[in-house]
Amino acid sequence: MNKNKAVSVLKKNAMLIVLVLVYIFFTVMTSGQMFQAMNFNALITQNAYVYILATGMLMCMLTGGNIDLSCGSFVCFLGAVGGIMMMIKQINPAVSVILMLLIGVVYGVVLGYLIAYVDIPPWIATLAGYLAFRGWGTALLSANSSTGSISLAAQKGFLAVFSGKIFSTPVNQTNVVCLVVGVLACVIVVVTSFSERANKIKKGYEAESLVALLVRCILSVAAIMLFAYKLAHAGGIPTVLVWVVVILLIYNFITARTVIGRYFYTIGGNREATRLSGVDTRKIMFFAYLNMAVITAITTLIVTARFQAANAQAGTNFEMDAIAACVVGGVSAYGGAGNIFGMVIGATLIGVINLGMSLMGVDANWQKVVKGGVLLAAVVFDILADKKSSK
Amino acid sequence: MAKELLRMDHITKIFPGVKALDNVNLSVEEGEIHALVGENGAGKSTLMNVLSGIYPYGTYEGDIVYNGEVCKFQTIKDSEQKGIVIIHQELALVPQMSIGENMFLGNERGKKNAINWNETYGEADKYLKMVGLTESSRVLIKDIGTGKQQLVEIAKALAKHAKLLILDEPTSSLNETDSRALLDLMLEFKKQGMTMIIISHKLNEVVYVADKITVIRDGSTVETMDCHAMEINEDRIIRGMVGRELTNRFPKREGVELGDINMEVKDWTVHHPLYTERKVVDNVNLNVRKGEVVGIYGLMGAGRTELAMSIFGKSYGSGISGTLKINGQEVDLKDAKAAIEAKLAYVTEDRKGNGLVLTNPIRVNTSLANMKGVSDKGIIDKDKEYQVADEYRAKLNTKTPSVEQNVGNLSGGNQQKVLLAKWMFTDPDILILDEPTRGIDVGAKYEIYCIINDLAKAGKSVVMISSELPEILGMSDRIYIMNEGKFVGELNAEEASQERIMANIVQAGRGE
Repeated sequence: MNKNKAVSVLKKNAMLIVLVLVYIFFTVMTSGQMFQAMNFNALITQNAYVYILATGMLMCMLTGGNIDLSCGSFVCFLGAVGGIMMMIKQINPAVSVILMLLIGVVYGVVLGYLIAYVDIPPWIATLAGYLAFRGWGTALLSANSSTGSISLAAQKGFLAVFSGKIFSTPVNQTNVVCLVVGVLACVIVVVTSFSERANKIKKGYEAESLVALLVRCILSVAAIMLFAYKLAHAGGIPTVLVWVVVILLIYNFITARTVIGRYFYTIGGNREATRLSGVDTRKIMFFAYLNMAVITAITTLIVTARFQAANAQAGTNFEMDAIAACVVGGVSAYGGAGNIFGMVIGATLIGVINLGMSLMGVDANWQKVVKGGVLLAAVVFDILADKKSSK
Repeated sequence: MAKELLRMDHITKIFPGVKALDNVNLSVEEGEIHALVGENGAGKSTLMNVLSGIYPYGTYEGDIVYNGEVCKFQTIKDSEQKGIVIIHQELALVPQMSIGENMFLGNERGKKNAINWNETYGEADKYLKMVGLTESSRVLIKDIGTGKQQLVEIAKALAKHAKLLILDEPTSSLNETDSRALLDLMLEFKKQGMTMIIISHKLNEVVYVADKITVIRDGSTVETMDCHAMEINEDRIIRGMVGRELTNRFPKREGVELGDINMEVKDWTVHHPLYTERKVVDNVNLNVRKGEVVGIYGLMGAGRTELAMSIFGKSYGSGISGTLKINGQEVDLKDAKAAIEAKLAYVTEDRKGNGLVLTNPIRVNTSLANMKGVSDKGIIDKDKEYQVADEYRAKLNTKTPSVEQNVGNLSGGNQQKVLLAKWMFTDPDILILDEPTRGIDVGAKYEIYCIINDLAKAGKSVVMISSELPEILGMSDRIYIMNEGKFVGELNAEEASQERIMANIVQAGRGE
């Protein structure tokens, strides 16, 4: 491999490398605490909301750096509505969940219409939601509960679906299901990678070298098995992991392989050119925000289940976490560039930093300072790398 | 013999991997207009950037000798202090600010931190008069036309006490009248002793104003011609630029049988999208046959682009009336999608603004208007997409390492080819080409003309909009002449000439 190629591979995976280095750093600083099974589990359950919400945010940002400021407040509002439905109105949890998703759709339609067809700048339209839903949610909670919080601890079924473990085992035992799923995932990754390459060669297209493919496969398998092994010793696969993986896979497919996904990118790159190519650009903008609201509704389910309660603080700063994950993950703040894989790395990096600093006992205020610094550094790096490569 | 004002001696500038300038020499005498010509990417702009200090001393080899002393500019400010002022191709004015504010932007009049508005506007008015503008300097930039904006740029340069004025493609966004006025202004300045360097693609303009012409090819100076010592014409310059004799700038299109009328536009009227009472296109009738190339000539602002875009799925304007028939059938195309389905293609004049997605690769741009052609049930077949893009790359001879290259990294001519590929892939019957060769070099132009001829031979109908008369005359079977929203004449290729077309426009202007 020549030097130029090595540099470009390094640059492409810079964030991944940073992630590994940061992880090692915290493992050393916490004398191995970071590497414990329990903290692998925490990394996933604590950050599940970021992965899901950032997926929706990614779609919005692709269309031209547009963001949704209202999602955190909407989580609070929708959680309050869900709590009232399940606990006070005694509506069947399954029906409640469907109703919550429907409310998400309604909000998405309104928001999408205002942004796509009335041409209200997204950050203003969602700023209104940011203010209104926080207030509305809090008001609903204080009207229905003396403590300002509705406990969902009694809804065992709801909690099991959106939080909890699959085939849970005690922490001191090895969860076999978890290991089997890990092995299956490895097999799928390896088989699809190789068959894709074989297919490309058969059709006579340029394919990646066998060495690169092998390295990639070995690294993926190692990562998956590490997670599987650790989770197997932390009680099994968290349910939220299933939700997260399913959503990430779906959106990875949409962004990488579908026509509608392609339009999100081209609109962000040049809206007029896309419109004159016969694409209904308003419809795409509408979808971006409709999708965002539905994603936010799903996030609400997971968050309320995790805290086993609907409360007024739920969702605070979620919108910022989602935006930060995207930006650190290389999603362009101007739109048109970014992908799910990068976003996942970005979200994980922030999650690792959060967890590591908490374990080290760093003061919460200083944690924010560090996160701000990381965000800025990521963007500066991106822009400098871009400038260099375009010269 | 006049005094030598500027000498650029053995300038070599290397970018990572590319030698942009290789031992370039340029000598400019005081009080002359010196033209710099060359194909796109030849290195003209790089040379001027070296001169004006955008690339600071030390990043290039060689010497700049100005007024007898060796200059080591670190920033643009340094060169401006010496009186070297460059006016870039893209206008650098803030639309929402007044002329006066723009003229002294970064060079404000008055005390530090306190602008003296009387002095600002007073001085601005003085310089505006020098360039022949009668507008008050308090008028906002967005309220004057591009022609006048270009003059403001010049006034701005004068306000910096320019001794050597560099104009980079000053007429690229001007119509013929404004261009001519600008060139005459340059000649007027020359009389007053100003020295100027002009970079231009428009060779007729170069011949009109220049005292000397230096030709740059592939980063090196090829020759300097003295316009007073020898007979200069466009063909002579082109020979220097491309290094070969271009016997014919327009390839012949022979043996094309004209078929039935493919598209017919009747009584087409379009109003401005905001000022809805203003007619932008006024009662236009147009038809084009299969295998025919129809030219629409008009000055900028005549309503040509507006006409084209309104036909293409009402992409421009309001209150559109008239009938549009395609293949004898009357159609109502409500958006671009409907237009594409009706086998219509509009290849925009504004590649960067609304033609291409510069941050995306050639592959993505090629398929954008016809995703159905590379997908199945909404899922993209990336291999097929690559194949399609690569076929068009080979067919149109687009110069790029691969179709995964971002379009933003290509030269103008290659971008134009990608844009053409995108629309050819929609398999249109009728193509409207809006200024298909704007801002691209002579060699690439010829290739574009060949593509147009191939399209006509394949039985397509081509409507070509252009403000370059030689191009219209050289390529069209039939020519419509447009002026202020109206078609004021129609000429066949045999009867058309530069004089007759201009006469048509002048007559229409008088008829008002």
